[in-house]
Amino acid sequence: MWRVGTVVALHDETAIVRTIRLKVPDWPSHVAGQHVDVRLTASDGYSAVRSYSIASAPNSENYVELTIERLPEGEVSPYLTQEVAVGDRLELRGPIGGWFVWRRCQTEPVQLIGGGSGIVPLMAMIRSRSVWRSTAPFRLLYSAREPSAVLYQDELHALSGHDCPVTVTYAYTRATPKGWPRPPGRVDASLIANTTWPANLAATSYVCGSTSFVESIAGLLTASGHEPDKIRTERFGPTGERK
Amino acid sequence: MAIISRGFSGRRAAADVKLPPGQYLTTDFPVLSAGPTPSVPLDSWQLTIDDGSRVLRKWDWKSFRELSSESFTVDLHCVTRWSKFGTSWEGVSLDTLLAEVKTDASYAFVHSYGDYTTNLPLKDLLNKQAWIAFRFDGENLAPEHGGPARLLVPHLYLWKSAKWVRRITLTREDKPGFWEGLGYHNYGDPWREQRYWGE
Repeated sequence: MWRVGTVVALHDETAIVRTIRLKVPDWPSHVAGQHVDVRLTASDGYSAVRSYSIASAPNSENYVELTIERLPEGEVSPYLTQEVAVGDRLELRGPIGGWFVWRRCQTEPVQLIGGGSGIVPLMAMIRSRSVWRSTAPFRLLYSAREPSAVLYQDELHALSGHDCPVTVTYAYTRATPKGWPRPPGRVDASLIANTTWPANLAATSYVCGSTSFVESIAGLLTASGHEPDKIRTERFGPTGERK
Repeated sequence: MAIISRGFSGRRAAADVKLPPGQYLTTDFPVLSAGPTPSVPLDSWQLTIDDGSRVLRKWDWKSFRELSSESFTVDLHCVTRWSKFGTSWEGVSLDTLLAEVKTDASYAFVHSYGDYTTNLPLKDLLNKQAWIAFRFDGENLAPEHGGPARLLVPHLYLWKSAKWVRRITLTREDKPGFWEGLGYHNYGDPWREQRYWGE
């Protein structure tokens, strides 16, 4: 069933990443980590559909936010990040997905590990945790190319001031802020050991990013003693356009 | 009636390309799995066919690779909407694996290393429709794509083609596997666009 959402706000997160806020009157609410299918239709009836993770927490106003990275060769993402204007209507189906989700009844420690725009469904989990006033211990390890590529910067920064904070660690792969203690590079075993929940806490881990990122991180987590069935993964590549 | 997306023209596939509804063509090979990629050493690898209580057939890697295999080229359709045409594989047909199995079962429940499961009607595994594949594009199958060996049932959405397959249980009763229990369609025919429950 296709629902209709009206674009009510647009926000550029970075030069190539935009958040679209939609008002969806018949939205049935969602769980953090779920995604939607978005359908675009040309005037001759040709249509294209892609999946995007929901960035927003459930709310009573029926708002749904999608954060979308523009892929140079993409068919749908250039339209959504450049053409769409406030007032436009978009068709979407969902929410979809019952595995890569964080539910409010979960009280165990949570380890979020995101690469690039893989942060998006993890941000929905962080936002849901706030909305539900959950005290589940959350940690986020966020790998980005460079400081200017970090999404939700101000919001993530503000998290450290809460009573029950989410601990955020940044890792940069190409360029770091001035004076940053760690040289640019991929997330490695020592960063995992020093900044994520130890395996004996039996945290649930959510890993989202490119295939190579997820393969590498999931391998590091299992090598450091995490049970494979406590590691949930979501992969996207240029082809999947999953955010 | 769909809403027209103002200013959207899209990128159509060539007219002679026949895609299932809602799919688009890709040339690379995306990976989708629910958890970490299991490491499956060949010296402990096993493939079992059972009926839920009795083992009906069993192979280790050596005896599995001694079975006659075939090369085949098929199109793949993933529920996340990409399709990939003309992929070349080598594997053992399920017709070969099930040749000496006598059963009155109607369903198959497939288990993977790493505890993934999926279900499908037994008839969808027969008659040159399904293989246990161990080579892709002339190379040993990479772990992230299901190596050392995966089920391949290309006429259904790709989540039915369980990676890292280790056991096939033949049953009289159907029961949902991993994604089927999480909202995905029980059968998953891409040409009828059976993505989610209720479609």
